[in-house]
Amino acid sequence: MNATELANKLHEKFGELVSAPVEFRGEISVKVADAERIVEVSAFAKKELGFDCLVDASSLDNYGEDPRWTVVYHLYGIASKQYLRLSVSVTEEKSELPTVTTVWRTADWHEREIYDMMGIRFRSHPDLRRILMWEGYPYFPLRKDFPLAGKPSDLPEVAFSKPAPLEGGPFVTAPGGKDSIEREPRVKTFEG
Amino acid sequence: MAEVQEITIRDTAAQAETAAQSLPPAEELQDMQGEKMVLNMGPSHPSTHGVLRIILELDGEIITKAIPDVGYLHRGDEKIAENMTYTQFIPYTDRLDYLAPLANNVAYALAVEKLLGIHDKLPPRCQYLRVICCELARISSHLLGVGCFAMDVGAMTVFLLTFTEREKIYNLAEALSGARFTTSYTRIGGVSRDTPPGWCAAVRKFINEVVVNINEVETLLTRNKIWVDRTKDVGVISKADAIDFGLSGPNLRGSGVNYDLRKDQPYLCYKDLQFDVPLGEVGDCYDRYLLRMEEMRQSVRLIHQCLDKIPGGFDNASKEPVNVADGKIVLPPKNKVMSSMEELIHQFMLVTQGVNCPPGEVYFGHENPKGELGFYIHSRGGGTPYRMKIRSPSFVNLSILSHLLPGHMMSDTVAILGSFDFVMGECDR
Repeated sequence: MNATELANKLHEKFGELVSAPVEFRGEISVKVADAERIVEVSAFAKKELGFDCLVDASSLDNYGEDPRWTVVYHLYGIASKQYLRLSVSVTEEKSELPTVTTVWRTADWHEREIYDMMGIRFRSHPDLRRILMWEGYPYFPLRKDFPLAGKPSDLPEVAFSKPAPLEGGPFVTAPGGKDSIEREPRVKTFEG
Repeated sequence: MAEVQEITIRDTAAQAETAAQSLPPAEELQDMQGEKMVLNMGPSHPSTHGVLRIILELDGEIITKAIPDVGYLHRGDEKIAENMTYTQFIPYTDRLDYLAPLANNVAYALAVEKLLGIHDKLPPRCQYLRVICCELARISSHLLGVGCFAMDVGAMTVFLLTFTEREKIYNLAEALSGARFTTSYTRIGGVSRDTPPGWCAAVRKFINEVVVNINEVETLLTRNKIWVDRTKDVGVISKADAIDFGLSGPNLRGSGVNYDLRKDQPYLCYKDLQFDVPLGEVGDCYDRYLLRMEEMRQSVRLIHQCLDKIPGGFDNASKEPVNVADGKIVLPPKNKVMSSMEELIHQFMLVTQGVNCPPGEVYFGHENPKGELGFYIHSRGGGTPYRMKIRSPSFVNLSILSHLLPGHMMSDTVAILGSFDFVMGECDR
């Protein structure tokens, strides 16, 4: 049962919802028309077609087009040894689709990364928070309108903010001071 | 005369029973237990194999909750890839799994070549060279994996033994590409240069020596009572869990799932080579350790076959090509660039604009030592990708920690982390 046949089964079962399979470089991709029904399609792909492994879930920013987001799932069937790609479009106003963690538990971290980098939310996700950037980071870095050089942002409060002893290095003298004893750096105590 | 009292195990067990009877009743015990402790196994820790932070909630010594916190080494590789040509991104791939850079180079080159449609049309010498590089990287990574695993659990000698052999691999990589570590050896459509004279003979000498070393490590660990006690039945992952959480590589095969990309989705010349894929039974740390040892032996077997069959022989006496013969993909030879118009234009376009890839999307999964390293490249034409997603095995392997660690003791964490053999450079990209 090769990937084209499996994708055709998916297309037959869901009709208009799942597009006919497209082949490029030996890979089969299908588009799912409605992001809200991704869980149904995924569950069918896992249980009936044997795609028991979600290899990857990524997101695309189609900047300037509508719908702006595309979420791409790569499925793999260990028994059938076939890959399948499902892509789903989400509009920018919505920026939300249901999670597939109920179908494959590995989607958990992949969806957290999509949220972190692109800002697409996943409904009913068990723990949707940032994974690579810190909690409270205000931007979504992989969006096309986020510059490569980054934007300034506040780091969370650091644990230790007093000056370090020998700050400036052990051989850097401080300017001023009436003699070299005063100019030499000394270990700063907490009071000094 | 006082009677010498014999102390037997049975005695102490009996005494323990009487001691238990003298414990306060259950309701009082509840008050005495107190809160659980939250321990931060911080990003800077000798056993976390890089900058991994795990927030552990402990009940005495038993872990009740584990929350891994990754992202301390996030460098924005995917964003950078959108601004670089395909060839300019190759040095970034070295720094993903920095313990097996040759394997990452090969994985990335194959992904871009798949987009171009030439990944199965590479010259044979190039394919054999790439397989030798991948398997050397596998040996290097597993040596470090087992060495650091053993060191964290307490067997320090193993670490020094394995690193001696890794030093030899570094010397081989330096002779081949110029750098010990960050090799950047492959290019789109081939490799950067052919092997220097004497390199293949040096590889043959090395793999004969590394087998002796692997045997020595086995005598130190495999039947060692302390090692077996620390790793057997610790961190057991069932088959269903392993597939559901997307594990790959030795972690998945340790649980008994027969999934090796070199056999299931063969690429390069793996279908002409003979090797076995070891599988675990129980899915505990001991299985994963044994699996890595056996995979190293299979890699040695593969390299022997490659060296026997490499087209052109050891030093390429018959001048086999190592790059695809397409001027639009591979840089032309410099003497032609200086004298002929067509080559000059190709050189100019390749360097300034990059390899012109057709619009489309590909996913290529490669059997890296840590698992399945996948590159999903979405191209809209031109020399830079529109979106590149790096599916890193360590990122996915770590996601199982919050499910796996609870129920184990604090010291088992170190054994489990060591047996997973992840690297944060790959996890965080």
